[in-house]
Amino acid sequence: MFALTPLEIEALSLSLLVSGWAVAGSLPLGLACAWLLARGRFPGKTLLDGVIHLPLVLPPVVVGYGLLVLLGRRGPVGAWLYDWFGITIAFTWKGAAVASAVVAFPLMVRAIRLSLEGVDRGLEQAARTLGCGPVRTFLTVTLPLMAPGLLAGVILAFARSLSEFGATITFVSNIPGETRTLPIALYALTQAPGGDDAAFRLCVISVVVAFAALLASEVLARRMQARLKG
Amino acid sequence: MLELSLKRRQGQFLVDTQLMAGPGVTALFGPSGSGKSSVIAMVAGLSRPDSGRIVVDGRVLFDSEAGIDVAPEGRRLGVVFQEARLFPHLSVAANLDFGRNRTPAAQRTIDRDAVIEVLGIGHLLDRRPANLSGGEKQRVAIGRALLTSPRILLMDEPLAALDTNRKAELLPFIATLSRRFNIPVLYVSHAMDEVLRLADTLVLMQQGRAVAVGPVEDLLARPDLRALTGRADAGAAIRAVVAGHEPDYGITRLSFGGGALVAAGMDLAVGTEVRVRIHARDISIALTAPQRISVRNVLPVVVRSVEAADNHSCDVMLDCGGVVLWAQITAFAQLQLKLVPGMRAFALLKAVTVTREDISDHSN
Repeated sequence: MFALTPLEIEALSLSLLVSGWAVAGSLPLGLACAWLLARGRFPGKTLLDGVIHLPLVLPPVVVGYGLLVLLGRRGPVGAWLYDWFGITIAFTWKGAAVASAVVAFPLMVRAIRLSLEGVDRGLEQAARTLGCGPVRTFLTVTLPLMAPGLLAGVILAFARSLSEFGATITFVSNIPGETRTLPIALYALTQAPGGDDAAFRLCVISVVVAFAALLASEVLARRMQARLKG
Repeated sequence: MLELSLKRRQGQFLVDTQLMAGPGVTALFGPSGSGKSSVIAMVAGLSRPDSGRIVVDGRVLFDSEAGIDVAPEGRRLGVVFQEARLFPHLSVAANLDFGRNRTPAAQRTIDRDAVIEVLGIGHLLDRRPANLSGGEKQRVAIGRALLTSPRILLMDEPLAALDTNRKAELLPFIATLSRRFNIPVLYVSHAMDEVLRLADTLVLMQQGRAVAVGPVEDLLARPDLRALTGRADAGAAIRAVVAGHEPDYGITRLSFGGGALVAAGMDLAVGTEVRVRIHARDISIALTAPQRISVRNVLPVVVRSVEAADNHSCDVMLDCGGVVLWAQITAFAQLQLKLVPGMRAFALLKAVTVTREDISDHSN
Protein backbone atom coordinates (compact mmCIF):
# COMPACT_ATOMS: atom_id res chain seq x y z
CA MET A 1 0.00 0.00 0.00
CA PHE A 2 1.18 3.51 -0.81
CA ALA A 3 1.31 5.09 2.65
CA LEU A 4 2.41 8.72 2.89
CA THR A 5 5.25 9.66 5.21
CA PRO A 6 4.77 12.58 7.66
CA LEU A 7 7.02 14.72 5.46
CA GLU A 8 4.93 13.97 2.40
CA ILE A 9 1.68 14.68 4.22
CA GLU A 10 3.08 17.93 5.51
CA ALA A 11 4.30 19.06 2.07
CA LEU A 12 1.12 17.96 0.30
CA SER A 13 -1.29 19.59 2.74
CA LEU A 14 0.82 22.75 2.76
CA SER A 15 0.79 22.81 -1.05
CA LEU A 16 -2.99 22.42 -1.14
CA LEU A 17 -3.42 25.13 1.53
CA VAL A 18 -1.11 27.56 -0.25
CA SER A 19 -2.62 26.94 -3.69
CA GLY A 20 -6.17 27.09 -2.37
CA TRP A 21 -5.59 30.45 -0.74
CA ALA A 22 -3.65 31.71 -3.73
CA VAL A 23 -6.59 31.01 -6.04
CA ALA A 24 -9.38 32.03 -3.65
CA GLY A 25 -7.61 35.25 -2.73
CA SER A 26 -6.82 36.33 -6.28
CA LEU A 27 -10.14 35.29 -7.86
CA PRO A 28 -12.07 38.53 -7.16
CA LEU A 29 -9.16 40.63 -8.43
CA GLY A 30 -8.76 38.29 -11.42
CA LEU A 31 -12.44 38.65 -12.26
CA ALA A 32 -12.18 42.43 -11.98
CA CYS A 33 -9.08 42.57 -14.21
CA ALA A 34 -10.65 40.24 -16.77
CA TRP A 35 -13.76 42.45 -16.80
CA LEU A 36 -11.67 45.58 -17.33
CA LEU A 37 -9.68 44.00 -20.14
CA ALA A 38 -12.71 42.47 -21.87
CA ARG A 39 -15.24 45.25 -21.44
CA GLY A 40 -13.41 48.36 -20.29
CA ARG A 41 -12.43 51.25 -22.50
CA PHE A 42 -9.88 53.44 -20.79
CA PRO A 43 -6.45 54.90 -21.51
CA GLY A 44 -3.63 52.63 -20.38
CA LYS A 45 -5.53 49.42 -21.06
CA THR A 46 -2.61 48.00 -23.03
CA LEU A 47 -0.31 48.86 -20.14
CA LEU A 48 -2.57 47.07 -17.65
CA ASP A 49 -2.69 44.09 -19.97
CA GLY A 50 1.13 44.06 -20.08
CA VAL A 51 1.55 44.35 -16.32
CA ILE A 52 -0.91 41.51 -15.69
CA HIS A 53 0.91 39.26 -18.14
CA LEU A 54 4.40 40.16 -16.89
CA PRO A 55 4.76 37.26 -14.40
CA LEU A 56 4.16 34.87 -17.30
CA VAL A 57 7.34 35.94 -19.08
CA LEU A 58 9.57 37.09 -16.22
CA PRO A 59 11.92 34.61 -14.50
CA PRO A 60 10.05 33.54 -11.33
CA VAL A 61 13.11 34.52 -9.32
CA VAL A 62 12.59 38.14 -10.39
CA VAL A 63 8.99 37.94 -9.18
CA GLY A 64 10.09 36.40 -5.88
CA TYR A 65 12.79 38.99 -5.36
CA GLY A 66 10.40 41.79 -6.22
CA LEU A 67 7.94 40.48 -3.64
CA LEU A 68 10.71 40.26 -1.08
CA VAL A 69 11.71 43.88 -1.67
CA LEU A 70 8.10 45.02 -1.55
CA LEU A 71 6.61 42.79 1.14
CA GLY A 72 9.66 41.99 3.29
CA ARG A 73 9.52 43.14 6.94
CA ARG A 74 11.39 46.34 5.96
CA GLY A 75 9.83 46.71 2.50
CA PRO A 76 7.42 49.62 1.90
CA VAL A 77 4.30 47.45 1.91
CA GLY A 78 5.57 44.79 4.29
CA ALA A 79 6.58 47.31 6.96
CA TRP A 80 3.19 49.00 6.73
CA LEU A 81 1.37 45.69 7.05
CA TYR A 82 3.43 44.74 10.09
CA ASP A 83 3.13 48.11 11.85
CA TRP A 84 -0.61 48.45 11.38
CA PHE A 85 -1.89 44.88 11.39
CA GLY A 86 0.98 42.87 12.81
CA ILE A 87 0.97 40.74 9.66
CA THR A 88 4.17 39.19 8.41
CA ILE A 89 4.14 37.96 4.84
CA ALA A 90 7.73 37.12 4.04
CA PHE A 91 8.97 33.67 5.08
CA THR A 92 5.46 32.46 6.02
CA TRP A 93 2.94 30.24 4.19
CA LYS A 94 0.96 33.41 3.45
CA GLY A 95 3.96 34.65 1.49
CA ALA A 96 4.04 31.37 -0.43
CA ALA A 97 0.37 31.91 -1.28
CA VAL A 98 1.09 35.47 -2.47
CA ALA A 99 3.99 34.29 -4.64
CA SER A 100 1.84 31.52 -6.16
CA ALA A 101 -1.04 33.92 -6.75
CA VAL A 102 1.14 36.45 -8.57
CA VAL A 103 2.71 33.83 -10.82
CA ALA A 104 -0.62 32.14 -11.60
CA PHE A 105 -2.53 35.41 -12.04
CA PRO A 106 -1.98 35.89 -15.80
CA LEU A 107 -3.27 32.40 -16.55
CA MET A 108 -6.38 32.98 -14.49
CA VAL A 109 -7.14 36.39 -15.98
CA ARG A 110 -6.58 35.11 -19.49
CA ALA A 111 -9.05 32.24 -19.14
CA ILE A 112 -11.70 34.38 -17.45
CA ARG A 113 -11.30 37.14 -20.01
CA LEU A 114 -11.76 34.69 -22.88
CA SER A 115 -14.91 33.28 -21.31
CA LEU A 116 -16.26 36.78 -20.73
CA GLU A 117 -15.59 37.74 -24.34
CA GLY A 118 -17.51 34.64 -25.37
CA VAL A 119 -20.69 35.78 -23.63
CA ASP A 120 -23.26 37.14 -26.08
CA ARG A 121 -23.95 40.73 -25.08
CA GLY A 122 -27.31 40.40 -26.75
CA LEU A 123 -28.36 38.09 -23.92
CA GLU A 124 -27.33 40.70 -21.37
CA GLN A 125 -29.36 43.30 -23.25
CA ALA A 126 -32.32 40.95 -23.23
CA ALA A 127 -31.98 40.53 -19.46
CA ARG A 128 -31.96 44.31 -19.05
CA THR A 129 -35.18 44.68 -21.04
CA LEU A 130 -36.70 41.95 -18.86
CA GLY A 131 -36.20 44.05 -15.76
CA CYS A 132 -32.74 43.12 -14.45
CA GLY A 133 -30.31 45.81 -13.35
CA PRO A 134 -26.61 45.52 -14.27
CA VAL A 135 -25.63 43.58 -11.13
CA ARG A 136 -28.48 41.08 -11.35
CA THR A 137 -27.81 40.68 -15.06
CA PHE A 138 -24.21 39.81 -14.27
CA LEU A 139 -25.18 37.30 -11.58
CA THR A 140 -28.03 35.59 -13.42
CA VAL A 141 -26.84 35.68 -17.02
CA THR A 142 -23.19 36.64 -17.48
CA LEU A 143 -21.72 34.58 -14.64
CA PRO A 144 -23.54 31.31 -15.44
CA LEU A 145 -22.59 31.65 -19.10
CA MET A 146 -18.92 32.22 -18.35
CA ALA A 147 -18.81 29.50 -15.68
CA PRO A 148 -16.95 26.91 -17.80
CA GLY A 149 -14.20 29.40 -18.63
CA LEU A 150 -14.14 30.67 -15.08
CA LEU A 151 -13.67 27.13 -13.84
CA ALA A 152 -10.91 26.52 -16.36
CA GLY A 153 -9.15 29.65 -15.13
CA VAL A 154 -9.44 28.57 -11.51
CA ILE A 155 -8.11 25.06 -12.14
CA LEU A 156 -5.31 26.34 -14.32
CA ALA A 157 -4.26 28.82 -11.65
CA PHE A 158 -4.54 26.12 -8.98
CA ALA A 159 -2.34 23.75 -10.97
CA ARG A 160 0.17 26.50 -11.65
CA SER A 161 0.23 27.35 -7.91
CA LEU A 162 0.89 23.72 -7.01
CA SER A 163 3.95 23.70 -9.21
CA GLU A 164 5.24 27.11 -8.14
CA PHE A 165 8.92 26.98 -7.16
CA GLY A 166 11.14 29.88 -8.22
CA ALA A 167 9.27 32.83 -6.82
CA THR A 168 8.36 30.89 -3.68
CA ILE A 169 11.85 29.84 -2.74
CA THR A 170 13.19 33.33 -3.42
CA PHE A 171 10.47 35.06 -1.41
CA VAL A 172 9.76 32.69 1.48
CA SER A 173 12.66 30.24 1.35
CA ASN A 174 12.41 26.63 2.48
CA ILE A 175 10.98 26.42 6.00
CA PRO A 176 9.70 22.98 7.04
CA GLY A 177 6.01 23.08 7.97
CA GLU A 178 5.69 26.70 6.90
CA THR A 179 6.84 27.15 3.33
CA ARG A 180 8.13 23.71 2.33
CA THR A 181 5.59 22.90 -0.38
CA LEU A 182 5.79 19.85 -2.66
CA PRO A 183 8.18 21.28 -5.27
CA ILE A 184 10.43 22.77 -2.62
CA ALA A 185 10.54 19.56 -0.60
CA LEU A 186 11.29 17.73 -3.82
CA TYR A 187 14.10 20.10 -4.70
CA ALA A 188 15.61 19.75 -1.23
CA LEU A 189 15.52 15.94 -1.50
CA THR A 190 17.26 15.94 -4.86
CA GLN A 191 20.04 18.06 -3.36
CA ALA A 192 20.59 15.75 -0.36
CA PRO A 193 22.59 12.51 -0.71
CA GLY A 194 20.40 9.37 -0.63
CA GLY A 195 17.18 11.26 -1.21
CA ASP A 196 16.44 9.72 -4.60
CA ASP A 197 13.70 7.31 -3.50
CA ALA A 198 11.91 9.92 -1.43
CA ALA A 199 12.23 12.40 -4.31
CA PHE A 200 10.71 9.90 -6.70
CA ARG A 201 7.75 9.36 -4.37
CA LEU A 202 7.17 13.15 -4.26
CA CYS A 203 7.34 13.21 -8.06
CA VAL A 204 4.58 10.63 -8.23
CA ILE A 205 2.45 12.54 -5.72
CA SER A 206 2.91 15.76 -7.75
CA VAL A 207 1.87 14.04 -10.95
CA VAL A 208 -1.18 12.46 -9.31
CA VAL A 209 -2.36 15.72 -7.76
CA ALA A 210 -1.84 17.73 -10.96
CA PHE A 211 -3.53 15.08 -13.05
CA ALA A 212 -6.49 14.87 -10.66
CA ALA A 213 -6.93 18.63 -10.89
CA LEU A 214 -6.92 18.61 -14.69
CA LEU A 215 -9.28 15.63 -14.82
CA ALA A 216 -11.68 17.24 -12.37
CA SER A 217 -11.71 20.44 -14.43
CA GLU A 218 -12.36 18.52 -17.62
CA VAL A 219 -15.30 16.63 -16.12
CA LEU A 220 -16.80 19.73 -14.55
CA ALA A 221 -16.35 21.77 -17.72
CA ARG A 222 -18.08 19.07 -19.75
CA ARG A 223 -20.97 18.96 -17.34
CA MET A 224 -21.36 22.71 -17.48
CA GLN A 225 -21.20 22.76 -21.26
CA ALA A 226 -23.85 20.06 -21.36
CA ARG A 227 -26.03 22.20 -19.10
CA LEU A 228 -25.63 25.19 -21.41
CA LYS A 229 -26.28 23.21 -24.54
CA GLY A 230 -29.22 21.38 -22.99
CA MET B 1 -49.54 55.39 -26.76
CA LEU B 2 -46.00 55.99 -27.90
CA GLU B 3 -44.61 59.38 -28.69
CA LEU B 4 -41.12 59.65 -30.12
CA SER B 5 -38.77 62.36 -31.15
CA LEU B 6 -35.27 61.05 -31.56
CA LYS B 7 -31.96 62.25 -32.90
CA ARG B 8 -28.82 60.19 -32.91
CA ARG B 9 -25.71 60.36 -35.03
CA GLN B 10 -23.95 57.06 -35.74
CA GLY B 11 -20.86 57.84 -37.78
CA GLN B 12 -22.13 59.33 -41.02
CA PHE B 13 -25.66 58.13 -40.37
CA LEU B 14 -28.23 60.36 -38.73
CA VAL B 15 -31.41 59.03 -37.20
CA ASP B 16 -33.91 61.87 -36.91
CA THR B 17 -37.36 60.49 -36.31
CA GLN B 18 -40.62 61.88 -35.00
CA LEU B 19 -43.64 59.67 -34.68
CA MET B 20 -46.69 58.76 -32.67
CA ALA B 21 -47.98 55.22 -32.41
CA GLY B 22 -51.45 54.46 -31.15
CA PRO B 23 -53.05 51.19 -30.16
CA GLY B 24 -52.78 48.15 -32.40
CA VAL B 25 -49.75 47.28 -34.48
CA THR B 26 -47.55 50.03 -35.86
CA ALA B 27 -45.04 48.83 -38.43
CA LEU B 28 -41.74 50.57 -39.08
CA PHE B 29 -41.03 49.65 -42.66
CA GLY B 30 -38.00 50.49 -44.74
CA PRO B 31 -34.92 49.03 -46.40
CA SER B 32 -32.00 47.78 -44.29
CA GLY B 33 -30.03 50.69 -42.94
CA SER B 34 -33.01 53.02 -42.81
CA GLY B 35 -32.74 53.30 -39.04
CA LYS B 36 -35.67 51.10 -38.02
CA SER B 37 -33.72 48.97 -35.56
CA SER B 38 -31.92 52.01 -34.17
CA VAL B 39 -35.29 53.47 -33.25
CA ILE B 40 -36.26 50.27 -31.43
CA ALA B 41 -32.94 50.17 -29.57
CA MET B 42 -33.41 53.75 -28.42
CA VAL B 43 -36.97 53.16 -27.26
CA ALA B 44 -35.83 50.05 -25.36
CA GLY B 45 -33.07 52.05 -23.70
CA LEU B 46 -30.29 49.95 -25.22
CA SER B 47 -28.81 52.92 -27.03
CA ARG B 48 -28.97 56.55 -26.09
CA PRO B 49 -30.33 59.26 -28.37
CA ASP B 50 -28.22 62.40 -28.68
CA SER B 51 -31.36 64.37 -28.06
CA GLY B 52 -35.10 63.90 -28.05
CA ARG B 53 -37.98 62.57 -26.03
CA ILE B 54 -39.60 59.17 -25.55
CA VAL B 55 -43.00 58.98 -23.92
CA VAL B 56 -44.91 55.75 -23.42
CA ASP B 57 -48.41 55.85 -21.97
CA GLY B 58 -47.80 59.33 -20.64
CA ARG B 59 -44.64 58.29 -18.82
CA VAL B 60 -41.47 60.08 -19.91
CA LEU B 61 -38.73 57.49 -20.43
CA PHE B 62 -36.22 59.80 -22.01
CA ASP B 63 -36.01 63.55 -22.25
CA SER B 64 -32.64 65.08 -23.08
CA GLU B 65 -33.74 68.54 -21.99
CA ALA B 66 -35.12 67.46 -18.63
CA GLY B 67 -32.20 65.08 -18.13
CA ILE B 68 -34.44 62.01 -17.87
CA ASP B 69 -33.06 58.66 -19.00
CA VAL B 70 -34.81 55.67 -17.48
CA ALA B 71 -32.63 52.52 -17.45
CA PRO B 72 -33.84 49.70 -19.71
CA GLU B 73 -34.89 47.59 -16.72
CA GLY B 74 -37.14 50.40 -15.51
CA ARG B 75 -38.96 51.02 -18.77
CA ARG B 76 -41.34 48.06 -18.70
CA LEU B 77 -41.27 47.50 -22.44
CA GLY B 78 -41.24 44.05 -23.96
CA VAL B 79 -38.57 43.52 -26.59
CA VAL B 80 -38.43 40.68 -29.10
CA PHE B 81 -35.20 40.59 -31.07
CA GLN B 82 -34.45 39.12 -34.47
CA GLU B 83 -32.57 36.29 -32.82
CA ALA B 84 -34.66 34.89 -29.99
CA ARG B 85 -31.93 35.57 -27.41
CA LEU B 86 -33.20 32.91 -25.02
CA PHE B 87 -30.95 32.18 -22.06
CA PRO B 88 -29.22 28.91 -22.96
CA HIS B 89 -28.58 27.90 -19.35
CA LEU B 90 -32.26 28.07 -18.42
CA SER B 91 -35.22 25.89 -19.33
CA VAL B 92 -38.06 27.28 -21.43
CA ALA B 93 -40.16 27.68 -18.28
CA ALA B 94 -37.37 29.56 -16.52
CA ASN B 95 -36.89 31.75 -19.59
CA LEU B 96 -40.59 32.58 -19.58
CA ASP B 97 -40.51 33.42 -15.88
CA PHE B 98 -37.27 35.38 -16.07
CA GLY B 99 -38.92 38.72 -16.70
CA ARG B 100 -42.18 37.83 -14.99
CA ASN B 101 -40.38 37.28 -11.70
CA ARG B 102 -38.94 40.78 -11.95
CA THR B 103 -42.40 42.26 -12.45
CA PRO B 104 -44.21 43.23 -9.24
CA ALA B 105 -47.27 40.99 -8.76
CA ALA B 106 -49.63 43.97 -8.81
CA GLN B 107 -48.41 44.91 -12.30
CA ARG B 108 -48.82 41.46 -13.83
CA THR B 109 -51.79 41.98 -16.09
CA ILE B 110 -50.99 39.23 -18.54
CA ASP B 111 -51.85 35.70 -17.54
CA ARG B 112 -49.08 33.12 -17.81
CA ASP B 113 -51.34 30.25 -18.82
CA ALA B 114 -53.06 32.35 -21.48
CA VAL B 115 -49.74 33.27 -23.06
CA ILE B 116 -48.54 29.66 -23.05
CA GLU B 117 -51.81 28.54 -24.60
CA VAL B 118 -51.95 31.23 -27.31
CA LEU B 119 -48.33 30.61 -28.30
CA GLY B 120 -48.74 26.85 -28.13
CA ILE B 121 -45.57 26.29 -26.10
CA GLY B 122 -47.02 24.22 -23.25
CA HIS B 123 -45.23 21.07 -24.37
CA LEU B 124 -41.86 22.84 -24.48
CA LEU B 125 -41.66 24.07 -20.90
CA ASP B 126 -39.08 21.53 -19.68
CA ARG B 127 -36.88 21.78 -22.77
CA ARG B 128 -33.72 23.78 -23.21
CA PRO B 129 -33.54 26.51 -25.85
CA ALA B 130 -30.86 24.58 -27.74
CA ASN B 131 -33.41 21.84 -28.49
CA LEU B 132 -36.01 24.15 -30.01
CA SER B 133 -36.62 24.99 -33.65
CA GLY B 134 -36.24 28.58 -34.81
CA GLY B 135 -39.98 29.17 -34.75
CA GLU B 136 -40.37 27.64 -31.30
CA LYS B 137 -37.54 29.77 -29.95
CA GLN B 138 -39.15 32.91 -31.27
CA ARG B 139 -42.51 31.97 -29.77
CA VAL B 140 -40.87 31.47 -26.36
CA ALA B 141 -39.10 34.81 -26.76
CA ILE B 142 -42.42 36.50 -27.49
CA GLY B 143 -43.97 34.82 -24.45
CA ARG B 144 -41.05 35.87 -22.27
CA ALA B 145 -41.47 39.51 -23.31
CA LEU B 146 -45.27 39.41 -22.90
CA LEU B 147 -45.05 37.98 -19.39
CA THR B 148 -43.42 41.15 -18.11
CA SER B 149 -46.85 42.74 -18.83
CA PRO B 150 -45.15 45.49 -20.84
CA ARG B 151 -46.72 48.81 -21.80
CA ILE B 152 -45.76 48.20 -25.40
CA LEU B 153 -44.19 45.31 -27.27
CA LEU B 154 -41.22 46.17 -29.47
CA MET B 155 -40.49 43.60 -32.17
CA ASP B 156 -37.30 43.99 -34.18
CA GLU B 157 -37.70 41.88 -37.33
CA PRO B 158 -38.76 38.82 -35.34
CA LEU B 159 -39.31 36.75 -38.47
CA ALA B 160 -36.27 37.83 -40.49
CA ALA B 161 -34.08 34.93 -39.36
CA LEU B 162 -36.73 32.28 -40.11
CA ASP B 163 -37.41 30.38 -43.32
CA THR B 164 -40.67 30.82 -45.22
CA ASN B 165 -42.46 27.92 -43.55
CA ARG B 166 -41.61 29.02 -40.03
CA LYS B 167 -42.62 32.54 -40.94
CA ALA B 168 -46.02 31.36 -42.09
CA GLU B 169 -46.33 29.39 -38.86
CA LEU B 170 -45.53 32.39 -36.67
CA LEU B 171 -47.41 35.19 -38.45
CA PRO B 172 -50.87 34.20 -37.18
CA PHE B 173 -49.57 34.20 -33.57
CA ILE B 174 -48.19 37.69 -33.89
CA ALA B 175 -51.32 38.87 -35.69
CA THR B 176 -53.49 37.96 -32.70
CA LEU B 177 -51.16 39.22 -29.95
CA SER B 178 -52.00 42.89 -29.93
CA ARG B 179 -55.75 42.38 -29.68
CA ARG B 180 -55.69 39.26 -27.53
CA PHE B 181 -53.56 40.90 -24.84
CA ASN B 182 -54.62 44.46 -25.55
CA ILE B 183 -51.10 45.72 -25.99
CA PRO B 184 -49.71 48.11 -28.60
CA VAL B 185 -46.96 46.67 -30.79
CA LEU B 186 -44.17 48.48 -32.59
CA TYR B 187 -43.07 46.11 -35.33
CA VAL B 188 -39.94 46.57 -37.41
CA SER B 189 -39.80 44.86 -40.77
CA HIS B 190 -38.44 45.12 -44.25
CA ALA B 191 -40.95 42.59 -45.63
CA MET B 192 -44.17 44.09 -47.00
CA ASP B 193 -46.11 40.83 -46.71
CA GLU B 194 -45.58 40.86 -42.93
CA VAL B 195 -46.61 44.49 -42.71
CA LEU B 196 -49.79 43.90 -44.72
CA ARG B 197 -50.68 40.97 -42.54
CA LEU B 198 -50.02 42.63 -39.20
CA ALA B 199 -49.99 46.38 -39.23
CA ASP B 200 -52.75 48.87 -38.60
CA THR B 201 -50.49 51.86 -38.96
CA LEU B 202 -47.52 52.06 -41.27
CA VAL B 203 -44.44 54.21 -40.76
CA LEU B 204 -42.23 54.43 -43.82
CA MET B 205 -38.58 54.89 -42.90
CA GLN B 206 -35.89 56.20 -45.18
CA GLN B 207 -32.39 57.25 -44.20
CA GLY B 208 -33.19 57.63 -40.55
CA ARG B 209 -36.39 59.58 -41.04
CA ALA B 210 -40.05 58.69 -40.81
CA VAL B 211 -41.14 59.81 -44.26
CA ALA B 212 -44.81 59.01 -43.99
CA VAL B 213 -47.16 57.78 -41.26
CA GLY B 214 -50.71 56.57 -41.75
CA PRO B 215 -53.09 53.67 -42.21
CA VAL B 216 -51.54 50.93 -44.35
CA GLU B 217 -54.23 51.17 -47.05
CA ASP B 218 -53.74 54.92 -47.48
CA LEU B 219 -49.97 54.83 -47.77
CA LEU B 220 -50.03 51.96 -50.26
CA ALA B 221 -52.45 53.95 -52.41
CA ARG B 222 -50.10 56.91 -52.69
CA PRO B 223 -48.14 56.97 -55.95
CA ASP B 224 -45.44 59.24 -54.48
CA LEU B 225 -44.57 56.55 -51.91
CA ARG B 226 -44.40 53.77 -54.47
CA ALA B 227 -40.60 53.71 -54.39
CA LEU B 228 -40.66 53.16 -50.62
CA THR B 229 -43.54 50.73 -50.30
CA GLY B 230 -41.72 48.56 -52.78
CA ARG B 231 -42.66 47.49 -56.26
CA ALA B 232 -41.35 43.98 -55.84
CA ASP B 233 -44.31 42.73 -53.88
CA ALA B 234 -46.44 45.56 -55.20
CA GLY B 235 -50.15 45.63 -54.80
CA ALA B 236 -52.94 47.33 -53.01
CA ALA B 237 -54.42 46.74 -49.61
CA ILE B 238 -58.14 47.39 -49.35
CA ARG B 239 -60.59 47.35 -46.49
CA ALA B 240 -63.47 44.95 -46.97
CA VAL B 241 -66.19 43.16 -45.05
CA VAL B 242 -67.05 39.49 -45.37
CA ALA B 243 -70.49 39.60 -47.00
CA GLY B 244 -71.32 35.95 -47.40
CA HIS B 245 -70.19 32.43 -48.23
CA GLU B 246 -71.24 30.04 -50.93
CA PRO B 247 -69.97 26.73 -49.65
CA ASP B 248 -71.35 24.87 -52.68
CA TYR B 249 -68.94 26.74 -54.88
CA GLY B 250 -66.18 27.24 -52.31
CA ILE B 251 -66.25 30.98 -52.60
CA THR B 252 -66.57 33.90 -50.24
CA ARG B 253 -68.15 37.23 -51.11
CA LEU B 254 -66.53 40.41 -49.87
CA SER B 255 -67.84 43.91 -50.15
CA PHE B 256 -65.59 46.94 -50.32
CA GLY B 257 -65.75 50.61 -51.28
CA GLY B 258 -65.61 49.78 -54.97
CA GLY B 259 -68.31 47.13 -54.97
CA ALA B 260 -68.31 43.38 -54.44
CA LEU B 261 -65.47 40.94 -54.71
CA VAL B 262 -65.56 37.20 -55.15
CA ALA B 263 -62.70 35.42 -53.40
CA ALA B 264 -61.65 31.87 -52.65
CA GLY B 265 -63.68 30.35 -49.81
CA MET B 266 -62.41 31.05 -46.31
CA ASP B 267 -63.37 30.47 -42.69
CA LEU B 268 -64.23 34.01 -41.62
CA ALA B 269 -67.54 34.99 -40.04
CA VAL B 270 -69.89 37.16 -42.07
CA GLY B 271 -69.41 40.76 -41.02
CA THR B 272 -65.70 40.38 -40.23
CA GLU B 273 -63.70 43.43 -41.24
CA VAL B 274 -60.68 42.37 -43.19
CA ARG B 275 -57.78 43.78 -45.12
CA VAL B 276 -57.42 42.24 -48.56
CA ARG B 277 -54.20 42.32 -50.39
CA ILE B 278 -54.54 42.46 -54.13
CA HIS B 279 -51.35 41.80 -56.04
CA ALA B 280 -50.66 44.05 -58.98
CA ARG B 281 -49.65 41.06 -61.09
CA ASP B 282 -53.06 39.42 -60.59
CA ILE B 283 -55.00 42.28 -62.15
CA SER B 284 -55.65 42.41 -65.90
CA ILE B 285 -57.09 45.39 -67.70
CA ALA B 286 -59.75 45.33 -70.40
CA LEU B 287 -61.02 48.38 -72.26
CA THR B 288 -64.46 46.88 -72.88
CA ALA B 289 -66.45 44.75 -70.49
CA PRO B 290 -65.63 41.17 -71.37
CA GLN B 291 -68.53 38.73 -71.61
CA ARG B 292 -68.70 34.98 -71.07
CA ILE B 293 -65.44 34.96 -69.17
CA SER B 294 -64.29 32.75 -66.31
CA VAL B 295 -62.85 35.66 -64.35
CA ARG B 296 -65.31 36.36 -61.54
CA ASN B 297 -64.36 39.92 -60.73
CA VAL B 298 -64.85 42.51 -63.43
CA LEU B 299 -64.58 45.89 -61.77
CA PRO B 300 -65.27 49.17 -63.57
CA VAL B 301 -62.32 51.49 -62.97
CA VAL B 302 -60.81 54.77 -64.06
CA VAL B 303 -57.13 54.90 -64.97
CA ARG B 304 -55.36 57.37 -62.69
CA SER B 305 -51.76 57.04 -63.81
CA VAL B 306 -49.48 54.91 -65.93
CA GLU B 307 -45.81 54.78 -65.04
CA ALA B 308 -43.11 52.77 -66.73
CA ALA B 309 -41.69 50.62 -63.94
CA ASP B 310 -38.80 49.35 -66.04
CA ASN B 311 -38.20 48.63 -69.71
CA HIS B 312 -40.68 45.83 -69.84
CA SER B 313 -43.54 46.67 -67.51
CA CYS B 314 -45.82 49.46 -66.35
CA ASP B 315 -47.51 50.24 -63.05
CA VAL B 316 -51.08 51.30 -63.62
CA MET B 317 -52.97 53.03 -60.84
CA LEU B 318 -56.70 52.37 -61.00
CA ASP B 319 -59.56 54.02 -59.15
CA CYS B 320 -62.39 51.66 -58.33
CA GLY B 321 -65.13 53.69 -56.69
CA GLY B 322 -62.60 55.65 -54.65
CA VAL B 323 -60.47 52.62 -53.78
CA VAL B 324 -57.01 52.44 -55.32
CA LEU B 325 -55.94 49.27 -57.11
CA TRP B 326 -52.64 48.68 -58.82
CA ALA B 327 -52.12 46.66 -61.99
CA GLN B 328 -48.86 45.53 -63.43
CA ILE B 329 -48.95 45.15 -67.22
CA THR B 330 -46.25 44.59 -69.80
CA ALA B 331 -44.94 47.45 -71.88
CA PHE B 332 -46.12 45.42 -74.86
CA ALA B 333 -49.70 45.45 -73.57
CA GLN B 334 -49.51 49.18 -72.98
CA LEU B 335 -48.37 49.64 -76.58
CA GLN B 336 -51.70 48.21 -77.76
CA LEU B 337 -54.04 49.56 -75.05
CA LYS B 338 -52.51 53.03 -74.91
CA LEU B 339 -53.85 53.69 -71.42
CA VAL B 340 -53.94 57.32 -70.36
CA PRO B 341 -55.16 58.92 -67.14
CA GLY B 342 -58.92 59.47 -67.10
CA MET B 343 -59.66 56.50 -69.33
CA ARG B 344 -62.47 54.16 -68.28
CA ALA B 345 -61.58 50.48 -68.17
CA PHE B 346 -62.28 47.22 -66.38
CA ALA B 347 -60.04 45.52 -63.88
CA LEU B 348 -60.20 41.72 -64.07
CA LEU B 349 -59.33 39.66 -61.01
CA LYS B 350 -59.69 35.90 -60.73
CA ALA B 351 -61.44 34.79 -57.55
CA VAL B 352 -58.84 32.09 -56.88
CA THR B 353 -56.03 34.64 -56.67
CA VAL B 354 -57.57 36.16 -53.55
CA THR B 355 -56.85 33.55 -50.90
CA ARG B 356 -56.80 33.37 -47.13
CA GLU B 357 -53.10 34.30 -47.24
CA ASP B 358 -54.00 37.71 -48.65
CA ILE B 359 -56.57 38.43 -46.01
CA SER B 360 -55.99 39.57 -42.48
CA ASP B 361 -58.62 39.99 -39.81
CA HIS B 362 -58.86 43.64 -38.76
CA SER B 363 -62.10 43.77 -36.85
CA ASN B 364 -61.74 45.48 -33.51
